[in-house]
Amino acid sequence: MEALLTVDQVGVKFERDVLKNVSFDLYKGEVLAIIGPNGAGKSVLLRALLGLIPYSGTILWKKDVRIGYVPQRMAVEQDLPLSVREFFSFKKAHKGTISEVLKAVGLNGEKILNQRLGTLSGGQLQRVMIGWSLIDHPDVLFYDEPTTGIDAGGEEAIYLLLKRLQDEQKLSVVVVSHDLNMVYKYATKVVCINKQMVCFGHPMDVLDSKSLSHLYGHEAGLYEHHHDGTHQHKGQ
Amino acid sequence: MNPFMIQLFVGVLVGIGAGYLGSFMVLRRMSLVGDALSHVALPGIAIALLIGVNPFLGGFFALMLAVIGIWGLERKTSLPSETLVGILFTISLAIGLLITPEPELLEALFGDITKIGMFDALLTLILTSTVLIVMPKIIPGTILGVISPDLAHSAKFKLKNVNLVFLLMVAIVVALGLKVAGTLLMGSLVIIPAAAAKNISRDLTSYTRLSAFFGAITAGTGIIAANAFGVVPGPIVVLAGGLMFLITLAVRNDF
Repeated sequence: MEALLTVDQVGVKFERDVLKNVSFDLYKGEVLAIIGPNGAGKSVLLRALLGLIPYSGTILWKKDVRIGYVPQRMAVEQDLPLSVREFFSFKKAHKGTISEVLKAVGLNGEKILNQRLGTLSGGQLQRVMIGWSLIDHPDVLFYDEPTTGIDAGGEEAIYLLLKRLQDEQKLSVVVVSHDLNMVYKYATKVVCINKQMVCFGHPMDVLDSKSLSHLYGHEAGLYEHHHDGTHQHKGQ
Repeated sequence: MNPFMIQLFVGVLVGIGAGYLGSFMVLRRMSLVGDALSHVALPGIAIALLIGVNPFLGGFFALMLAVIGIWGLERKTSLPSETLVGILFTISLAIGLLITPEPELLEALFGDITKIGMFDALLTLILTSTVLIVMPKIIPGTILGVISPDLAHSAKFKLKNVNLVFLLMVAIVVALGLKVAGTLLMGSLVIIPAAAAKNISRDLTSYTRLSAFFGAITAGTGIIAANAFGVVPGPIVVLAGGLMFLITLAVRNDF
């Protein structure tokens, strides 16, 4: 099978190297997690893959691949006068398509469409953003997980949603994740980075204590004991 | 046509254009750009007066140069553009103050719509219509650029082009507003109606339309009141806007 995305020796340089030697590939239907400590360059990698910033090395997309993207941070203030309906109108989508994607992301269509973007809860906003990216029927969905504004339950619900979309719509998902439990549970592949690539492969194979300590330092041991999903993610 | 009716016509048109575009400027956190930008018009107005050209055209030309300059700066993010823009604009104001002929200085600083003629009225009609027709086409890019430039780029919106068109619209609105409010008070024409509309709007459509409506109302009532009391309209228009803002602020509490 032809890869959707092949990444070879990719690096990003601002004033100094923020990322180097990243190589991996992505196939149809995979859930690929990008993990690493704060400031490791996860979002930078995502932005390079999207062609938003200059990079070295090779990023090869399959021809005519369609990409959806949910950024980590959005400037949606509470009093931003923009309804969900208007937000969807930017993509010139038909009414039917909009209610379809809203249903797919588990939102009650009519009610949410009249709400302002800024009054949505963290989880609702993430679902709206995922739905918005689904309008164009993407082959790959990039999801840069928010670090704040969403609680542990909400976070797991989003992962379940991504998993379901991957099953139902044959979507490939690339997720920047802050929660190793979710990676163990839902990712089919994982890329670990800390300024450079530390590991790549199936989570159970590559996330051993050695690579984790390499990745996160001595805190790493803590994570490994939480396969049961009791690890508490600090929400807001 | 009765000169006062021409004044009122021009004033209301300018109010609509400034209110409508101002609603987007406020969302883009550019509300003070209108203010700063208006300074750049002064040397243009002065030069036009000195060589005997319509001062509006002089101001308009200077503004076009300035926005293209800002656009260029914005793309080179390594430069602290805010500082450079601040320096450039105050220098423009200083030059403008020096070379504007004394009799016209007060008019250039505070605006005077009482001397407006048919040519200005026609120009105002054409340019305001241009803003009202062009701006809706770039709304998606403009708003997505506020929410997340990365999101806009990934959804294939050409923000570079959107920004240039937007800045050109700003230049038009500021140039038109100079007639009504002058260099010093121009900023209020774009900020106040939008701020008032934002207080009581649920979505983008109502916000932008309400802002245009408030712009028209404040310009209209300001000009009528100024005529009745025999004073310069500019400051009265601004005060009418201030009152409008206070009213919407009071309403907002129950909203």
